[in-house]
Amino acid sequence: MEWPGLGAAFWLQLTRDLRLAFRHIGQAANPLMFFVMVTTLFPLALSPAPELLMAIAPGVIWVSALLASLLAAESLFRQDIEDGTMEQLALSPQPLSLLLLAKTTSHWLMTGLPLVLMAPIVGHALFLPAEAVPATMLALLLATPVLSLAGAVMAALTVGLRRGGGLLSLLILPIVMPVLIFGARATDMAMQGLDVSGVMYLLAAVLLLALSLAPAGMAAAMRISLD
Amino acid sequence: MSAAASEGQVLLEGRDLELWRGESRLFTRVSFELRAGELLHIVGPNGCGKTSLLRVLCGLTLPETGDVYWCGKKVSRNRPDFHASMCYLGHRESLKADLTAEENLVFQLGLRAWLSAADIHAALDKVGLSKRRLVPARSLSAGQKRRVSLARALASGAKLWVLDEPYTNLDVAGRELVDQMMSEHLERDGLVLLVAHQAHGVGAGVTRRLELG
Repeated sequence: MEWPGLGAAFWLQLTRDLRLAFRHIGQAANPLMFFVMVTTLFPLALSPAPELLMAIAPGVIWVSALLASLLAAESLFRQDIEDGTMEQLALSPQPLSLLLLAKTTSHWLMTGLPLVLMAPIVGHALFLPAEAVPATMLALLLATPVLSLAGAVMAALTVGLRRGGGLLSLLILPIVMPVLIFGARATDMAMQGLDVSGVMYLLAAVLLLALSLAPAGMAAAMRISLD
Repeated sequence: MSAAASEGQVLLEGRDLELWRGESRLFTRVSFELRAGELLHIVGPNGCGKTSLLRVLCGLTLPETGDVYWCGKKVSRNRPDFHASMCYLGHRESLKADLTAEENLVFQLGLRAWLSAADIHAALDKVGLSKRRLVPARSLSAGQKRRVSLARALASGAKLWVLDEPYTNLDVAGRELVDQMMSEHLERDGLVLLVAHQAHGVGAGVTRRLELG
């Protein structure tokens, strides 16, 4: 018996998830709202002095991006488990890892990519020097998919638990620490006018590692959660 | 077992299945064989593991011991082949509330086979939902949602139907529709695994019973 190829299945899953996200655009925009709110609260709570804000800008941007993606990971698979569509994905002839990767891709497009695009505006509010903005955006572009992929593996593992939210953060945080460290370093180095290519290569390597390992991990974890 | 049913090759086979949930044993030494054109009716009291047995047979749950075979091959080793020829209707309808009945079917069936819009329309027409196909699933009644799931089984072209309480929420006409669908499927040499508390309306020659608990 023949069934549609991998590309067709990936595309179907991706477009279905994007369509669902656009029908609930408010929910999908939550992480972005969180990111913008947290970063704009710092000048209000600390002091609007440019020197101070410039000094904390890399840390604030990267910690907010990390927390925003943690917030988003929780909802990645929960809905599909509750309405039973995940069972149908697991029972389709397509590889579950591919379908979950498509779901994660759609999730990143809705929650990770907006953070990258919003970074210049947030950076401007924190007096981030203009020359550090491209490096920050590139680093976020490499780092946010890693955050989504790591979040997806852990979300697949904890989705069967009734209150997995707290556990989920505990599981994700240690794994994505290197991303936070290298990412904040990239912004910091770009602000001082140093060469950031080394850090970028490292982030790109981490992304490739996550892309190759995470789909298999997600599928294995999801089959355990469905059992 | 009737004489007619013992002919032909065994397609689905469960050998010596046993499943534990926590400290309690749900079932043990469950074995059966099912040939083309046969229906297996699994019965038993609430909580005896009927749904769990179906999940084991589908490959969603791993049994403690025993194996399930499809066309003579272990299901755990040939997942894609088995899943391509199987359609599972669970307790939950597996519908996305924000998508219309048609969009739901286009997605779920699109993962399994190349289907035209006409195939899906025909299936929705058969279950009596042609007028409601563009309504978001959240606005459908429980019985209508069940009918969408039935349309999924019809259009899937799957050889094996795994039906968990298909009569739930359906009106009299709907229950007759399920019986009629199953009879036609069996005539096409399809297989049906059925969990239902009530009696089904399929001819006795091609059906068997498996009692749990």
